[in-house]
Amino acid sequence: MVNIIWVSMAAIGIIYAMLNGTMDQVNEAIFSSASEAVTLSIGLISVLVFWLGIMKVAEKAGILSVLAKLFRPLIVRLFPDIPKDHPAIGYILSNVTANIFGLGNAATPMGIKAMEQMKQLSGNDAASRSMITFLALNTSSLTVIPTTVIAIRMQYNSASPTEIVGATILATFISSLGAIIIDRIFYHKNKWEAAS
Amino acid sequence: MELVTIVSAWLVPCFILIVLATSIIKKVPAYEVFVEGGKEGVKMAFSLLPFLVGMIVAIAILRSSGALEAFIDLLAPILTAIGVPPDIIPLALVRPISGTAALGMTTELIHTHGPDSFIGRLASVMQGSTDTTLYILTIYFGAIGIKKMRYALKVGLLADLIGIIASVIIVSILFG
Repeated sequence: MVNIIWVSMAAIGIIYAMLNGTMDQVNEAIFSSASEAVTLSIGLISVLVFWLGIMKVAEKAGILSVLAKLFRPLIVRLFPDIPKDHPAIGYILSNVTANIFGLGNAATPMGIKAMEQMKQLSGNDAASRSMITFLALNTSSLTVIPTTVIAIRMQYNSASPTEIVGATILATFISSLGAIIIDRIFYHKNKWEAAS
Repeated sequence: MELVTIVSAWLVPCFILIVLATSIIKKVPAYEVFVEGGKEGVKMAFSLLPFLVGMIVAIAILRSSGALEAFIDLLAPILTAIGVPPDIIPLALVRPISGTAALGMTTELIHTHGPDSFIGRLASVMQGSTDTTLYILTIYFGAIGIKKMRYALKVGLLADLIGIIASVIIVSILFG
């Protein structure tokens, strides 16, 4: 799937550039975006090192399992495949919490750790049911305080930079709910297809 | 607003304080454990690099060739028909694909239409209420080596669609 998407994006772009006469722009974009991607990855190092370090301490100090116990009822319903006291739940919660407060930087390393734990549970290289649920939650965004957007609005002299917070929370809530429902529909559809 | 700013500013340092204080109570060798965890971060960043380069370059080719724009023009009539204002359509379509491009478009829309216009507010809510599906998919599945992503992309993109439609409806009701 990812192979097809990747190849078609690049191939369609190049073929379109042939017809559209935008080959120069494409040429430039290939190398400038490659270096952009490297800058992005290098920039991730600081965040990953710091947060994975802190989260390791949190894990060893037992904070993740306390978090996991606290929100167990909700998470167990959302991720029925994960055993109740598994560290994956602590990481999922840390990721969700960081996302809610708009700390995207902190959310990513914790999300990766959560995925890693879920992979250990499933033991193969196919996305498991809980991984997809977790991904759906993350792509639908869980942001309650959209800090970047507020900053942009302030920059352009909005009379009320934060007036969109309520609407954002509502939209986020609906899209997350939608993501969970769609995830469930696809899971059951897949299971049904596999069985028949 | 002030409360929000204060909470955001205090959250991270307080969390760190709680973690470190607990580690002392539980007699965890905090610094050593931190370094051990941090080493994983270095490895992770480098293992992510090729995934990001591959994905970002492919998207850049699609954008710079003009194919993405053509695709947006193609889809625009359908989205206009369900009530999405034409100005917002490029943002709605780019949001799941490229985070930096979407942020650029949001800034541009807020700049041209004003932050307190309908379009400005809609762009703000749309930017805040969905996330870059392709980036999250690349990073999360790339980092742990998932090869078969099954129905993950479909779920992610459909969730984005719901988020976009929800933003339009909510902003229309609240600010329309």
